[in-house]
Amino acid sequence: MGNKPPIPDMKELMESIKSGKIVDEVSKKVTESQVWTSSFRHGYADTPRNRVLQIASNVWLHLHPVKIHRHALRVKFTWCMGGITFLLFLSTVVTGVILMFYYRPVGEYAYFDMKYLQYDVPFGMVVRNMHRWAAHSMVITVWLHMFRVFLTGSYKPPREFNWVIGVFLVTFTLLLSFTGYLLPWDQLAMWAVTVGTNMARATPFLGSEGPFQEYVFGVSPRYDARSVLLGGSLVGPPALLRFYVLHCIFIPLVAGALMIVHFWRIRKDGGISGPL
Amino acid sequence: MAAPPKKATEAVPEKVHVWPYLVRLEFLCAIIVTVFLTVWSIVIDAPLEEAANPTKTPNPSKAPWYFLGLQDILVYFDPWFAGVVAPVLIIVGLMLIPYLDVNPKGNGYYTYTERKAAIWVYCFGFLVLWIALIIMGVFLRGPGWNLFMPWQYWDAHKVVALTNVDLPYALGFRSYNSQTIVGGIIIIGYFVVGTGIYMFMERKAMQSVGFLRMIIKIVLVLIMIGIVIKIVLRLGFNIKYVWVTPWFNI
Ligand code: HEM
Repeated sequence: MGNKPPIPDMKELMESIKSGKIVDEVSKKVTESQVWTSSFRHGYADTPRNRVLQIASNVWLHLHPVKIHRHALRVKFTWCMGGITFLLFLSTVVTGVILMFYYRPVGEYAYFDMKYLQYDVPFGMVVRNMHRWAAHSMVITVWLHMFRVFLTGSYKPPREFNWVIGVFLVTFTLLLSFTGYLLPWDQLAMWAVTVGTNMARATPFLGSEGPFQEYVFGVSPRYDARSVLLGGSLVGPPALLRFYVLHCIFIPLVAGALMIVHFWRIRKDGGISGPL
Repeated sequence: MAAPPKKATEAVPEKVHVWPYLVRLEFLCAIIVTVFLTVWSIVIDAPLEEAANPTKTPNPSKAPWYFLGLQDILVYFDPWFAGVVAPVLIIVGLMLIPYLDVNPKGNGYYTYTERKAAIWVYCFGFLVLWIALIIMGVFLRGPGWNLFMPWQYWDAHKVVALTNVDLPYALGFRSYNSQTIVGGIIIIGYFVVGTGIYMFMERKAMQSVGFLRMIIKIVLVLIMIGIVIKIVLRLGFNIKYVWVTPWFNI
């Protein structure tokens, strides 16, 4: 009980406020507190050591190496397209989760949830627009990224494997966009997906109208490559639910995992390619 | 494998810190893209048409824009090829690129002169067969998947005379069996002769490139050229199929 904290002297306090010393005192107290030092593990002063720690001790930034070749900074070389693709992917994740709060993938509700989202939910329209335009842009930027990687010959050794991962990524990007296309459950959605999935009917061996299907037991319009995709023989409520689960869970998880591998491999392959 | 040539213009590679040099660039880029996306989303609304109606088929019914190149190929090929085999070939073909292109030059810098063939094949596939066909599908295809110029009225009753015949028929073969045999000879002959000519011309590269690589490479390129030949045959000569069999038609 003996050591009570000293009662601050009013005059001293006013003095330190007037002289501005209080800011330094408080910031010293805060940055030396246990909470602060456990959260931020290095200072911010622009020293070489901090430049390294800034990357190495940050879970998000440490996907980067600490140092890179100067040429990797050139926008004329990378067109920034890989990074923009990733940013657009993150934008669709954020806006997509918001949309999920309002949207039910059920035949009776889906279309009216879209209407509700557009006219009654605060900022619903903008969120929907951002999700859609980011998704469309991502398709374009991923093609441009791939084009850039081809033109710089960056798929050549040692980066062959990362190119293959990339081809999976561009495929999954298109599938993400395609499965999302159905969800508004309007005429545009239903018929675009009908046209798209009709192709699966013609799958050799496994489609009910494909070549050689007569040699495979059990293939019929109700049980073939297309009906597995749709959960039925036409684009109906079961297809809506299937596309929803693929769109919101399965494909983003797989694509996200592949992106992590993709970024990891860039580092392991010695950073961005460049003239030796 | 020879090391890629050093470019004289590039100084000794110098390393820089990611923080701040790369991170600030990424940050700037992220701000620009986010602002752009936000403005776009405020200004232009995503489309929402009337509720889905399985009994009301729109004409034309278009796939999402990024698949319209494939949908356009449907004019020239049956769905098993345009909708299934072609996409699979595109994906597999793309994955094989690093393993087929063994030219060590042009690794990590822009060059046309050191890898002309590779650049031509990729640009042709991407810019013409993929992008140009998408642009055509989005802007020029109307009801009945007929071609309309942007200023033309979309007449749903436009009749386009389809007097297409199969190639063996055009060549004078009239019985079904003879047509099947002739068509088969043309298609298989195309690949055998094409592969043969390429292997002969590139016989010196056989040692360094390898037999399997060369075969896969030329067959994929021949398929790509074949698609163009088929488009020309249809548009220029009203040829429907080259090869008709009981199982599939090409
Ligand atoms: C979701 C899709 C993708 C994302 C988010 C992504 C992201 C990135 C990023 C951020 C980079 C760093 C350099 C740069 O920005 O250009 C990169 C490099 C690379 N990407 Fe992608 N990428 C994607 C798809 C692809 C595709 C479709 C391919 C090719 C088929 C590909 C192949 C490569 C290769 C080979 C590199 C190394 C390039 C070099 O060393 O110069 N990526 N990617």
